[in-house]
Amino acid sequence: MSGDGRGWERDWEEGTPVPLYIVTGGRTDAGEAQVLDLVTLIVARSEPQPGMRPEHVSILRLCAGPLSVAELSAYLDLPFSAVQVLLADLIADSLVEARQTRAAHTAAADPDVEILKALIDGLQRL
Amino acid sequence: MDCNDSEPPLGPRHEDLLPASTERSVKVVVVGGFGVGKTTMVGSVSEIRPLTTEETMTQAGVGVDDLSGVERKTETTVAMDFGRITLNDRLVLYLFGTPGQQRFWFLWNGVIAGALGAVVLVDTRRLEESFPAMDRLEQGGVPFVVAVNNFPGAPVHPVRDLRSALDLPEHVPVVGCDARRLDSSRDVLLTLMHHLYDSATATREFL
Repeated sequence: MSGDGRGWERDWEEGTPVPLYIVTGGRTDAGEAQVLDLVTLIVARSEPQPGMRPEHVSILRLCAGPLSVAELSAYLDLPFSAVQVLLADLIADSLVEARQTRAAHTAAADPDVEILKALIDGLQRL
Repeated sequence: MDCNDSEPPLGPRHEDLLPASTERSVKVVVVGGFGVGKTTMVGSVSEIRPLTTEETMTQAGVGVDDLSGVERKTETTVAMDFGRITLNDRLVLYLFGTPGQQRFWFLWNGVIAGALGAVVLVDTRRLEESFPAMDRLEQGGVPFVVAVNNFPGAPVHPVRDLRSALDLPEHVPVVGCDARRLDSSRDVLLTLMHHLYDSATATREFL
C-alpha cells in the first residue's frame, strides 16, 4: 500500500466515469457485486488527512457517526452519483466503512422477519 | 480566513445524529401522481426536517414523442425529498417521495431497487395518475399498499369500488389516510409492514 491515499487523484484526473461505484473492495469471490444504495450508511474510520480533496474532507467530517448516502448528497448539495464516486475512493482507501450495501442487481429487498418485527414495533411507538 | 468557525455550516444538527450502533437501513418509497401529497407524507412522519437529494440523468430522448428516430440526449435533474425514522439503536427507515414528475423519477434506478416496499398515494379525483406508478412497482417486484389521501371535498368511494377501479388484486391493502398527519401516515407505513410481514411468513412453496 502506498499509504499516501493519492490513488483517487489519478483516477479523478483521468476522468474515470461512473463504474467506480461498485464497492466489492477487490474481492472476486462468490459474493455478488455490491453497490452503494441511497440508504447505505457511511461511517468514517479516519480523520481527514492533509492533501485530501475538500469533498473527501467534508464526507469524513459528516460521517463521524453513521449517515446515509442520501443525507450526504443532501448536505453536500451534490448529485447521488457524484457522492457514490467520492465514496468509492474513500472505501478503496479504507477511510470509511459502508454498512448495508446492496447487491448490484437486486429488485426488491427481501427482508427477514426480525427486521419487519422491529419496524412494526418501532412504528407503533411513534 | 474563517478557520475559527465554531460550528460547521453543513451537516446534521446534533439531535439529528443516528446512534453510532446503527447498522441496518431500509428504504420505503412513496409514489403517486403530481400533487397527491407524497412530500407531505414524508414530512409528517419524518424525525428530521426533510432533505432533498438529486440525480442528473442522461437519456436518449426517453418519453419525448416528437424526437422519435432522432438520436439526441436529454439531461434531467430529478429531485427527491426524504425523511427518516429511527426504529431502534440498530435500525433506521428512510422514506423517499418525489416532489414533482414521476416519470423521470423511475429512470433513477437506485430508487426502486432494493426498496422494502412502497406506498402508492392516490387522489380519488385523479385515480388514473397512479396507474403508471403501480405498473412500475409491479414490474420491479416491489410490494406496495395503496393509501387514499382524503382531500377535503374529494369524492369518497368504498374500498371495494376503489379496488376495482384501480384493478387491484385482493392481497394488496387499501387504506384511507390524511398525509398531513403523523398518526395517519404512520398507520399507512404500519399497514405496509404488516403486509410485508404476512408475505414473509406465508409459505413460499410456489417459488
